[in-house]
Amino acid sequence: MLATPLCELSSLAAMIPHGAMVAVPSENAGVAMAATRELVRRAVRDLHLVCVPVGGLQIDIMIGAGLVATVETSAVTLGEFGSAPRFTAAVREKRVRVVDATCPAIHAALQAAQKGIPFIPLRGLIGTDVLANHPDWKVIENPFQADDPIVLLPAIRPDFALFHAPVADRNGNVFVGRWRELLTLAHAARRTLVTVEEITERDLMEDPQLSVGVIPALYVTAIAEARYGAWPLRFGDQYPIDQAAVGRYVVAARTEAGFQDWLRDWLASHAAQMLA
Amino acid sequence: MTPYTPIEVLISVIVRLLEGCRHVVTGAASPIPGTAALLARELSGGTLRVNILGSTRNNSFTNGGVELFDLAAQGRIDAFFLSGGQIDGQANINLVGAGVYPDVDVRWPGSFGSSYLYFLVPRVILFREEHTRRVMVPKVDFVSAPGISPTHTYRPGGPYKMVTGLGLFGFDRTLGRFRLESVHPGHSLEEILDNTGFEFDYEPDVSITPPPEGRVLELLRSSIRAEIAEAYPRFAAVLGN
Repeated sequence: MLATPLCELSSLAAMIPHGAMVAVPSENAGVAMAATRELVRRAVRDLHLVCVPVGGLQIDIMIGAGLVATVETSAVTLGEFGSAPRFTAAVREKRVRVVDATCPAIHAALQAAQKGIPFIPLRGLIGTDVLANHPDWKVIENPFQADDPIVLLPAIRPDFALFHAPVADRNGNVFVGRWRELLTLAHAARRTLVTVEEITERDLMEDPQLSVGVIPALYVTAIAEARYGAWPLRFGDQYPIDQAAVGRYVVAARTEAGFQDWLRDWLASHAAQMLA
Repeated sequence: MTPYTPIEVLISVIVRLLEGCRHVVTGAASPIPGTAALLARELSGGTLRVNILGSTRNNSFTNGGVELFDLAAQGRIDAFFLSGGQIDGQANINLVGAGVYPDVDVRWPGSFGSSYLYFLVPRVILFREEHTRRVMVPKVDFVSAPGISPTHTYRPGGPYKMVTGLGLFGFDRTLGRFRLESVHPGHSLEEILDNTGFEFDYEPDVSITPPPEGRVLELLRSSIRAEIAEAYPRFAAVLGN
């Protein structure tokens, strides 16, 4: 019997050291907001965030709170709520380094890590300033066909994957359903930290209808239960985005002082309280 | 008062541009293209497949975020939508920022999938409501994705049309130039010339964009509005107002 990966939220967040490379999913795939609050509480510094493939509220908060040295991403946006105010301000004030990418490049670079290979080719990109400014990408000639330049991307192997999922079992298996980029992410990362809406007593691997959407415990380092763990963001079909809460953030975060006030309230609260 | 809104005009223009497509996908922050795609599907009698990023109900992907890009590279997507904080006369788009990169004066979200999809999807429709000299510039400050490429670059896709708040443009990939095809109701050629920072081709008696008609408006204000609300609740709330 293996030691259980189940732990408290604060213990899960304590595993991420200063300077770690942390990969996180986009807002439709399960963002670990409750765990993010723990990271902000701990004042983790110098993180290298990888957005898979774009970031939103979570990234904006972490940048605003000073946790981030580098953000590698295809975009940072609050979606229908507009531009990400703390990201935008930090870029303007040169407080964060942005490695601009494009969505399929981040997916492909994680797939390279998943395969244990050093790099992977990708179409497109030639003639873009994304390629011209990227520190690592190269163009080669297709070795199998003349006059066909193609871009190579080095693998991205994050120190940590961090995301929120619907359910895990006591063996450490995590159900992610259709969000298969989370499976790739877990395969690619050295350690995978997951918060879940609930811990089930059943074995997720026993039901063939569920097991196709499961990340096996093999890849999972730690799991913490966090009810409403993606709040105030949408979480699949379980709960919609809390428009009032995100709306308050957007107004507050227009200024540094407003953001700091918002941050103080957020750190003092729990999702359940905020929802009440 | 007209019996339709400017947004309804844009949606109906896009619906026409999707005729003959088998599979249309809409990306991030694309409520108007998403609404148009759902409407086009309804009008196609179910022959058009639509996938909307950000939707659960209108999204049939089961291989994660990478599936859209794999589909595009295989030629399985006929139309996609891109936009730009800046767009220039060669259909180069900039989604990163205004000013000299990386020390941009204004930072926008980022390039998303544009640096890839612009090369691979046959009908890329550029969509930007704001049609001003701030957006329609002589030359973009940062190329998120180029409008045209040298012949040896693998590029089955590229710009097909551009829809703005003022008019509809075609794009000639050989010439690397836009051509104004129609001016939306309530606007004029002079207004478009005044608000465009690059040269484009046009006829002095350019036609007016046909306005949306009965069935289109009816669907848009009922079932389609309800359908898009799942992915874009804030947009659906103002649609038709």
